[in-house]
Amino acid sequence: MKLVLSLDEITQKDRSRIGGKGFALAAMQKSGMHVPEAICISTEAYHDYVTSTGLRDQVHMELHRKPFEEMRWEEIWDTALRIRNMFIKTPLPSRLRKQLRAPLAFGFSGRPVSVRSSAPGEDSSKTSFAGLHESFVNIRGLESILEHVRLVWASLWSDRALLYRQELGLDVEKSTMAVVVQEMVFGERSGVVFGVSPVHEKQCALEAVYGLNQGLVDGTVEPDRWILDRDSGKILSHHPARREKILVPGPKGVRLENLPSKLRNRAPLMNKEVKEVHDLVMKAEALFGSPQDAEWTYLDEILHALQARPITTRAASSEDQRPWYLSLHRSFENLRDLRTKIDKELIPRMEKDAHEMSLMDLSKLSDLAIAQEIRTRRVRFNEWLEIYRRDCIPFAHGMRLFGKIYNDLMKPKDPFQFTALLQGSGMVSVRRNQMLVDLAELIRKDPSNKACILEGKGEDCRPEVKKRLKRVLDQFGDLAWEKGRLGQDRNRLLKLVLQMASRPEPGTFPTIGDPKELEKEFLSHFDEEQKTYALELLDLARASYRLRDDDNIYLGKIESQVLAAVEEGRRRIQGRPMPQSKALEADDLSKAVQSEAPAHKPDQKAEQPGKKKPFSLKSRQIVGQPAGPGMAVGKARVVLDSSDLFGFQKGEILVCDAVDPGMTFVVPLASGIVERRGGMLIHGAIIAREYGIPCVTGVPDAVNQIKTGDFITVDGHLGIVIIGEATL
Amino acid sequence: MDRDLNRIKRDLKKLLESQPLAVLATQSRAQPYASLVAFASSDDLKSLYFATTRSTRKYANLSGDSRVAMLVDNRSNKASDFRWAMAATATGRAKEVDPGERENLLGLYLAKHPHLKDFVDSPTCALCEIKVQTFFVVTRFQSVVEVHLNP
Repeated sequence: MKLVLSLDEITQKDRSRIGGKGFALAAMQKSGMHVPEAICISTEAYHDYVTSTGLRDQVHMELHRKPFEEMRWEEIWDTALRIRNMFIKTPLPSRLRKQLRAPLAFGFSGRPVSVRSSAPGEDSSKTSFAGLHESFVNIRGLESILEHVRLVWASLWSDRALLYRQELGLDVEKSTMAVVVQEMVFGERSGVVFGVSPVHEKQCALEAVYGLNQGLVDGTVEPDRWILDRDSGKILSHHPARREKILVPGPKGVRLENLPSKLRNRAPLMNKEVKEVHDLVMKAEALFGSPQDAEWTYLDEILHALQARPITTRAASSEDQRPWYLSLHRSFENLRDLRTKIDKELIPRMEKDAHEMSLMDLSKLSDLAIAQEIRTRRVRFNEWLEIYRRDCIPFAHGMRLFGKIYNDLMKPKDPFQFTALLQGSGMVSVRRNQMLVDLAELIRKDPSNKACILEGKGEDCRPEVKKRLKRVLDQFGDLAWEKGRLGQDRNRLLKLVLQMASRPEPGTFPTIGDPKELEKEFLSHFDEEQKTYALELLDLARASYRLRDDDNIYLGKIESQVLAAVEEGRRRIQGRPMPQSKALEADDLSKAVQSEAPAHKPDQKAEQPGKKKPFSLKSRQIVGQPAGPGMAVGKARVVLDSSDLFGFQKGEILVCDAVDPGMTFVVPLASGIVERRGGMLIHGAIIAREYGIPCVTGVPDAVNQIKTGDFITVDGHLGIVIIGEATL
Repeated sequence: MDRDLNRIKRDLKKLLESQPLAVLATQSRAQPYASLVAFASSDDLKSLYFATTRSTRKYANLSGDSRVAMLVDNRSNKASDFRWAMAATATGRAKEVDPGERENLLGLYLAKHPHLKDFVDSPTCALCEIKVQTFFVVTRFQSVVEVHLNP
């Protein structure tokens, strides 16, 4: 059976082996439309590759480590990255290479191409989702084409596809992917057209930009929009864009440039061309029997159809979080803008907000005013939470984008090696911890301090100790986590620092590679012209890594001001008998205090003493994600609230539901971290790597399965946690 | 007799190569403990290999007492097994392979279980070898022969 087919060789019976995109191109070409020259690599090639290399079994292992229901989007992204790396590192068997090489070399002989996914079944309108799989443009040379074919195959298991696994019917044994290799048409003006507008069934919608289509599809370049009458193609409205950018082919891939000023005032399409694009999408509809969404481009005044697929009508349910996750994939440009916004605008505003609130003397307010203040602060905090969700969380994609580009170039054994380049970027939480560790060092040197702290007389410590403590409290005292603030109780904090002082001096931490060397090697893959981009990308990724943690610290400072007001309110309600005349006020205050939901406590199942049940269940080994390499053995400290946190003993293993930067000041004491929330790039994993301690995230129900005092083993290489000793 | 031995050795080899999984028996303070492992065998039948992380019970057990047994069989869980299935129990001593031999033996192990590469590459994972003393080979329900491997 032929693994590679040219468009004119494709017939109806090939539909399932060359996928929707390839089949549509062939049909459009036959009907006389201008379609760039293309060949299709059939699904048998994918099957051959994953079977003969053993990749299929590896994908099996990776996908079924944990049940999908227990995985968060971030873990799914990590899984997809690991699978992608397997494909990057597994070369084509020479037999298969030979079969693919000849037709590719013959068909394109050095001309640039795009390498596109063409998933079978994706052409039915039920399962057609744009952008679940990857496509690459402006690829040159046989080796590079073959490499990108593997990346397209890998995208059968992209995070986006995995999110929609049920709709797609993803199955390691059966699912497969065809690839379209298409001659690049470097159009001068490009766009997309929807045969039926998503908002009005009698209209169709057209979007156009100068340059290549990619800029429009990934949201980097703002398009002009036209709304047309579906039947006649008459223009109902035109919405011009702020035309500033253009995506053009670079030596490799594409590059964003400023749009020449003479084009800025001119729409990318003339009216008669709008009509022509309308005709194209209607012709495609007639050909395929349902409304289509088509990509097109103009080159030398000739309209080319790049692809067509049925329009998906996805019922948008407000419960469905997946579109939001999909929206977290951001382009480099978009991330650059976000960074400026967070760094220059949001963080200073958050700090200012927290500072202003802290200046208010709550004790001078009336009961009624306190009640009002609690509510106002709560509203402000919620507004910040919303901003955090809208702007800060998507910025975390900066490190993901970098990771992907890094892996493509460096093909590392460890798919998360790239994090080594992002560490040590001066996170606020690490600065805070260093201040505590320095304080511990002072206490270690002068034992008289120790006695004071143990007797609860922190005020009798040496002046230098008190000075340093004040400095910590000034900067971080108002940091909140789970209704507790770092500076709430000085003696409690000092006792924790005492624990740090009794630790042996920290040694050197193992790393996953010398960051300086890795950075040099990474940059060596770029020529002079691209180096600026590479440095900017790295810088962006570092900011993304640091801000991921820092955002929460600033948010914690605002939450802390809500708590301060609540504390004041609570003190008044408890502190004095309720005066008759002010009953109303007092009532209002207690309502405001009570509206603060009690601290969330996962239900720790109480042990039933006495009677033994006939059967009992206990977890022995739990599988999570390997988020920080190394192995730690020790006693578990399950941290549910701030009292657990301040009870932390050196050498214990931190077990919690979700690591928050507001609580990571105990990490210098911990010998390992176990977390229910999963991912390789989340707070727990980031801080664990900063300190070189083993970490397993994504451990289902960790705080209930593990009890404080349990002897546990954290295997950060394999991502497993073993509870109990190995005795029988 | 020699012909029988050759035949049994041939059947045994076929069985060991066809089966990916085996049951490993270890013990601690007279308490037996059985676990399922992915195994591989040497060409000369003298060694069986399996991988485990060092924090498992089986690893703790064999570190305390190296005497182990391993059961390999090709049953299909049907009545016909009583007629056709073959089972072999190997007894011997197990220990982690020497660092000098590890790479070589890992090649042999991964040739059979390529998808376990990430697992065995972990620094927390041990590759263990059972030096087989005797195979107890059971066929046709009740027929048992012993194959002794003399050092």
